[in-house]
Amino acid sequence: MIFPRHLLSVDDLDFDQSVKILDTASQLAKFSGSSIKKLPTLRGKTVVNLFFEDSTRTRISFEAAAKRLSADVINFSVKGSSVSKGESLKDTALTLGAMGADAVVIRHHFSGAAQRLADAGWISGPVINAGDGTHEHPTQALLDAYTIRSKFGREGEGLSGLQVVIVGDILHSRVARSNVFLLTKLGAEVTLVAPPTLLPVGVENWPVKISYQLDPVLVNADVVMVLRVQKERMVQSFFPTEREYSRHYGMNAHRLQLLPMDSILLHPGPMNRGLEIDAIAADSSRSMIVSQVTNGVQIRMAVLYLLLSSQQAVGAVGEEV
Amino acid sequence: MSAVKKLLLTNARSVTGNMINVEITESLISGISDHLSEEEINNFSGEVFDCNGKLASPSFIDLHTHLREPGKEDAETVDSGTRAAVAGGFGVISAMPNTSPVADTAGVVEQVFALGKEANRCDLYPIGAVTEGLEGKKLAEILAMAGSKAEVRMFSDDGNCVSDSLLMRRALEYVKIFDGVIAQHAQDPFLTVDAQINEGALSARLGLKGWPAVAEEAIIARDVLLADHVNSRLHICHVSTAGSVEIIRWAKARGIQVSAEVTPHHLLLNQDLLSDFDPIYKVNPPLRAQSDIEALREGLADGTIDVIATDHAPHPMEAKECEFNSAAFGMTGLESAFAIGYQTMVKSKLMTLSALVASMSSKAASIGGYSEYENGLVVNAPASITLIDLNKSWIVDREKTNSKSRNTPYHGLEFEGVITDLLYRGKWVLRDSLVIS
Repeated sequence: MIFPRHLLSVDDLDFDQSVKILDTASQLAKFSGSSIKKLPTLRGKTVVNLFFEDSTRTRISFEAAAKRLSADVINFSVKGSSVSKGESLKDTALTLGAMGADAVVIRHHFSGAAQRLADAGWISGPVINAGDGTHEHPTQALLDAYTIRSKFGREGEGLSGLQVVIVGDILHSRVARSNVFLLTKLGAEVTLVAPPTLLPVGVENWPVKISYQLDPVLVNADVVMVLRVQKERMVQSFFPTEREYSRHYGMNAHRLQLLPMDSILLHPGPMNRGLEIDAIAADSSRSMIVSQVTNGVQIRMAVLYLLLSSQQAVGAVGEEV
Repeated sequence: MSAVKKLLLTNARSVTGNMINVEITESLISGISDHLSEEEINNFSGEVFDCNGKLASPSFIDLHTHLREPGKEDAETVDSGTRAAVAGGFGVISAMPNTSPVADTAGVVEQVFALGKEANRCDLYPIGAVTEGLEGKKLAEILAMAGSKAEVRMFSDDGNCVSDSLLMRRALEYVKIFDGVIAQHAQDPFLTVDAQINEGALSARLGLKGWPAVAEEAIIARDVLLADHVNSRLHICHVSTAGSVEIIRWAKARGIQVSAEVTPHHLLLNQDLLSDFDPIYKVNPPLRAQSDIEALREGLADGTIDVIATDHAPHPMEAKECEFNSAAFGMTGLESAFAIGYQTMVKSKLMTLSALVASMSSKAASIGGYSEYENGLVVNAPASITLIDLNKSWIVDREKTNSKSRNTPYHGLEFEGVITDLLYRGKWVLRDSLVIS
């Protein structure tokens, strides 16, 4: 199966490619349980983690993934103000290209930065979007799909017929965008729940249902994905107070009771306990938030492996090379 | 004393299609005739120039040009900007005041005006700032600019909106002293904080901050009512939405003194070009939907929108070679303006060639107060004439621009209509599409 050169958006993947990534992650998971976690697949390759925005969680997840495939990892953090970053993206990219990066994992505070890096011709290898502004975070959506499938589905399959509720700040969420378009591609039915202020104008074109109320949609939900709500949104009049948000849209002990028996709870982290989710919900048996972290490493291994092996000869998973 | 300089343009096609000969004496048109005998031509006591059937249009007038001098000479200077202007067939351009320093005093507008005189290849009229430093807080010395050598008649905070209602009212009232006009960049600042592209399906999908149509329309609605209330003249810069066209149509029907411009890029380019985050298409106001494009074309055709203005906005490469949010707003437009107007309005049969030319010349003259150009090609008008070969096409090549900047969104596109020659007040400044130094 041919994979796209870059992974910038979940739109870069069709159904079969998406399922293949999930299946590859499943196979890799079998190795991660063994005492020898490392595979020689990407030996001699250099993966650069280019982070313009602090995100320890995502960075170490990609780092662990690359290292378990025996790649060399360079972490490149670019600090600085958000103004006139332009030159530094280009110059940084040229520098990385000159150092011979085989793949660049980029995290950036601006939407479209990953695509700029891929399109501008400054570097030659694959670009993997590890979150760009409020645009996309495709590996997060893949790990969420993987986590959901590990509970409800099987290898080789999508997420047909599953009811997924995504609640929170949809407007500013790259996780929501990637999940909406990946999960629906995989056959899930997605309902977005938020106050209208936190839904983008234009959301009516998305293949989802919209609800301003959380409680009525919980009764049919197989999956509830709770998104982080940044406290500064309150100051910008997206909602009046934390208390009001929490009361209407927060996942709590009471709302857990509304869910069907088998349903699960996801959160991309980091959580604001007490705002969008309370401790009882976060730590409940339905919560798969810790599994998401584990699954993140396997999904990123699968993505690195499949994208880099589409480029040139790389040994198959599990084979000595 | 040297002899009187005379020039005869023969075999030219007028904007209405008939063949004409234009006689020029010094800097003015001294005669226009349908037919001249061979003998009359042979006996002409001056240079005879055979137009070979090319269109002879009054030279174009731009009400919205960014020249970047003083302050950002790496992007454009008066010299390079006027080169781009004449290459695009413009004999008059109007320089927006968002330079550094801002053109908000008689001193700065006179400096820009003097640079135009020095370049001496087209008229350059500075537009004065409405408020000091374009800050929207305190009126600039408008009367001093009007009374300066630059005789400023049009005032704008372009790039910024005069958003304070009271200040806008005062500005509209104040320019009545000299029959001036306020050119408003209609953009509600609160609704467009960090806005990047048109708000709608595309901004939702790309996660780019939306620039909603209502932010433009609300200001236009307010301002036409203010102009009505104080009985003054208002000009709306770069109208970009279907709703704005409707409001202006309503205002004109009420007899309100409002005029409006549309840019070539808003007539041609659809927001879908932005789906790859390429900042070459980043412009303010943003590219809109196809329904907006169609409404703008209709509005221009029926006269709701008076003129095409370029909003020529040169930027150095690094301002576009970056992330979308970091990139500057704006695109160059002087050299491609006519070709785009011709394609979108005339080839599409929405407008006659004559009406298109009026929207790029005489109508702009009336709005800008450039009264000598108000009647187009007539006897005693300035001999500023653009010759265009409508049978030829050309491919935009950003490397061959006369502008200092290369941020054209049309690179590689082919258009009909080649601007070949420009006579500026009786003097050739463009020949065979080459600017004469």
